[in-house]
Amino acid sequence: MNQFYTTTDHFVLIPAIMLALFGCAILLFDFLVFPHPKQRKWLLLFVVLGLGFTGYGLWRQQAFLTANGLTELTAFQGSLTIDRFALFFNWIFEIATLIVAIVSYNYLEIEGEHHGEYYALMMFAQCGMFFLAAGTDLVTLFIGLELMAICFYIMVGFLRGDKRSNEAAMKYLLLGAFSSGFLVYGFSIMYGLAGSTRLSDITAAISARDTWDPVVFMAMATTSVGLLFKISAAPFHMWAPDAYEGAPTTITAYLSVASKAASFAFLLRIFLGPLASSRDAWEPLLAGVAVLTMTVGNLAAISQSNIKRLLAYSSISHAGYMLLGLIAGNDTGIQGIAVYILVYTFMNLGAFLVVVAMRRKNIIGEDLDDMAGLMYKNPGYAVLMLIFLLSLAGIPPTAGFLGKYYIFLSLIQTHHYILAVIATLYVAVAIYYYFRVVRIMFVGELTEKAPLATSFGLRLALGITGVLTLAMGIYPEPFLRLAQSSLLK
Amino acid sequence: MDQHLLSLVLFAPLAGLLILLLIPGSQKNLIKVWANLVGFASFLISLPLVSRFDKTVGGFQMVERADWIPSIGAKYLIGIDGISLLLVMLTTLVGFLAIFSSWNSIDDRVKEYYAMFLLLQTGMIGVFVSLDFFLFYVFWELVLVPMYFIIGVWGGPRKLYAAIKFFLYTLAGSVLMLLGILTLYFQYHQQFGAYTFEIVDLIKLEMPLGVQQWVFWAFFIGFAIKVPMFPFHTWLPDAHVEAPTAGSVILASVLLKMGTYGFIRFSLPLVPKASVNVTIVQILAVLSIIGIIYGALVSLMQQDWKKLVAYSSVSHLGFCTLGIFAMNPNGIAGSVLQQINHGISTGMLFLIIGIIYERRHTREIAEYGGLAHVMPKYAIVFAIAMLSSAGLPLLNGFVGEFTILQGAFEASHVWAAFAVMGVILGAAYLLWLYQRTMLGQVTNARNLHLPDMTLREMFVFLPLIAWAIWIGVYPKPYFDLLEKPVQQIVERVRPDYYQGGVQKADAAIRRHRDTAKIALIQAGAAQ
Repeated sequence: MNQFYTTTDHFVLIPAIMLALFGCAILLFDFLVFPHPKQRKWLLLFVVLGLGFTGYGLWRQQAFLTANGLTELTAFQGSLTIDRFALFFNWIFEIATLIVAIVSYNYLEIEGEHHGEYYALMMFAQCGMFFLAAGTDLVTLFIGLELMAICFYIMVGFLRGDKRSNEAAMKYLLLGAFSSGFLVYGFSIMYGLAGSTRLSDITAAISARDTWDPVVFMAMATTSVGLLFKISAAPFHMWAPDAYEGAPTTITAYLSVASKAASFAFLLRIFLGPLASSRDAWEPLLAGVAVLTMTVGNLAAISQSNIKRLLAYSSISHAGYMLLGLIAGNDTGIQGIAVYILVYTFMNLGAFLVVVAMRRKNIIGEDLDDMAGLMYKNPGYAVLMLIFLLSLAGIPPTAGFLGKYYIFLSLIQTHHYILAVIATLYVAVAIYYYFRVVRIMFVGELTEKAPLATSFGLRLALGITGVLTLAMGIYPEPFLRLAQSSLLK
Repeated sequence: MDQHLLSLVLFAPLAGLLILLLIPGSQKNLIKVWANLVGFASFLISLPLVSRFDKTVGGFQMVERADWIPSIGAKYLIGIDGISLLLVMLTTLVGFLAIFSSWNSIDDRVKEYYAMFLLLQTGMIGVFVSLDFFLFYVFWELVLVPMYFIIGVWGGPRKLYAAIKFFLYTLAGSVLMLLGILTLYFQYHQQFGAYTFEIVDLIKLEMPLGVQQWVFWAFFIGFAIKVPMFPFHTWLPDAHVEAPTAGSVILASVLLKMGTYGFIRFSLPLVPKASVNVTIVQILAVLSIIGIIYGALVSLMQQDWKKLVAYSSVSHLGFCTLGIFAMNPNGIAGSVLQQINHGISTGMLFLIIGIIYERRHTREIAEYGGLAHVMPKYAIVFAIAMLSSAGLPLLNGFVGEFTILQGAFEASHVWAAFAVMGVILGAAYLLWLYQRTMLGQVTNARNLHLPDMTLREMFVFLPLIAWAIWIGVYPKPYFDLLEKPVQQIVERVRPDYYQGGVQKADAAIRRHRDTAKIALIQAGAAQ
């Protein structure tokens, strides 16, 4: 190994290499070795293996950090940094990819669009996410972002025969490209300020300047637009409902959880790194965005009749809550974002998994009315959905309450009382539309007798998400410790 | 087992629920029998609490403590004092009777119904025994979900509207209360450098009046909606009218008490400066009095039997809050006792409505008249319940109202004067209701052949009537039970109150001295 690729570099890069390799392997094997549709189940084995190796790499990195008492491990001259923060997010990506992959098999069979690329794209997307969470260089981060985004553009449009899916992919692509433009523009200003693409250099250059320096402000504003688009914060959220609705439901789940977590990792890296010193400039801006995001998300969700759109708006409002943690900006706030993302991963995946199960042969099952009387047809699904929805609303003793608890506490600690009151009152609004779903499931008359789809993967995934959503609410201690250790310090 | 009696009381319904889930839904009778057994067993298990409780000691008893979420300082910490003991006993008894009374009235989705009730039971007991604010909040919110389903699934025609209204109202209040809790939590960390939700610790906080006022109002919204106090009461009639009988009983008897309990347990001791602040006390007292009179007046106007009793709750709970904000031992002790009384008498009234509704499926008062001829046993039970609610001496309502009025009088003559009007109006709407439905000739041919109460139905009332008479005739054990905790609260909010009491004692001694002097003089004269 030479100076351009040291053993440390290799050690840090292993998870990404594994993801990319297995992604390529899936493409090749699908094409060459498993020509018969029935053999596709082996591809799932590849996904699990790939994720296993990736997880092993991450685990070794974590063990290395612990064993040597290090807080971080940098590679490629500071372009990649493995710290607790990066590891925390990568574990979330692992879980999200695994859960989505195991439910996709049955779902894609039903949709009649089962192709090997699907799994490869998921692996590549996760590879992009790895760079988003671990990248500490503008170029690395941007490449990670685009790798993830392009995979998602394709996956959103994966149902080739479905107009909505095509439309969604097109919209997402156009708006996504537009926002990437803003982001790169901001990056170029940052590069101009620092003469380097390393986040640490840019941090130094920006903190040497005045908070209200116009150039810094320009960099901040344009970068924010790009980042806020990715986390689907209002007013840059327009793509989300359409993309969520049109995409295959499994991808909607993946998009709403993994992509959002990765984008938040990215956002935190930028806002707590280079832009940390101009907090006075962006704090009011983000506060406005957060309030608007919660308002748009919660109010628009009330009138939705398509359950995927409803969950899309709800996930917009969750982005608003997470932003509040950044606005508070203290340890509790950042830990709050970590906890929030962790619980959000499970509860939101879970809710979408139930929607995945609603898709049966010849039944689209995306309307709220399709859930009517679910309790008397599939009580297990209905109760799980109830748990996920209660958690999304933040009612104890479910996990979602923990996320909200930290966010509210951080706002109180930093004296953002008005934001705290607004954020709490939107909980009551949210319960209204979540309970529209509950009402239909438990009180509505059974119209469609066909039971929901089920498969081993789906049951397993629902079991994991359901148990964790409850367990994190009832005994959250280990999960809080995990989130605590991920603070960016 | 002995040290964990309280946990046992708390989790017995939940354990019963888990076993209930194993019974297949088609076995309706088995489910009913099992749920009733669990309800009865929970009540029996809670009885030793009374015998073990030592009323001569202040502070909390039977405390159980375990770490729950160390990283935020939340603990599993439960315990009871005299106030919570009474409310826990009320919960276990009324909870069992509510389950028992549902035997015939609920026939579809039986398993889910009883599951919700048992979950509710654990939630309510949890609210009254939690000594950790975080734990309290979890139970507080836990109660909402089963209640939503009880109203929303097994309720009347407008059940969905009523259920979501109940949920949204209480939730909006409780999330704001959460902000108050978090403020205390944060203030404690600033002053003592540790994170805790323990009530006993948080009481040590010294905060400026400004902060206390904010916290007070945050708590106020949470508790006042639950009570409900005057401007926040609009969810109550809807919820009561639409809920099934047992739901109404639980709602009136126990759920509303969570709000008043919150005021006594949290608002007063934790933010004492704000609680005795003249403006705040005035506002609270005025709202209580408006509640008393407005509730009574609206009750007078009701055509619907159940709605009448629902609005009477607004009026009666007004007494409870007035007693609390009189801020003296009589007021607070009377308020706690009146909460129990309201639980007993309004619980009975709702059960009575349930019985007639099962037979006639209407609650229009005009549909009835002269029922005493057809259903004599029913008329007697109704008379007792009605008189207990109206505050007839020798029944429980009188003792509570009288003590509250004493407390209110001590605080302000004007308050007492207005509150007395509420007592009169209360007697008016209840007696008028009784007259219209029970007395005179049978006005509606359809009522001519109504069957009287069955043995099972009688049995539901028996313990409640016995309790009502006990409190009415011999309330001393209750006041003994409440003396210490109430004294602690009053000492906390008004540290000088008992010194004022000392002055009175001085006066008594002076009088005593005078008599002694006279005796001496007489003795001298004799010499």
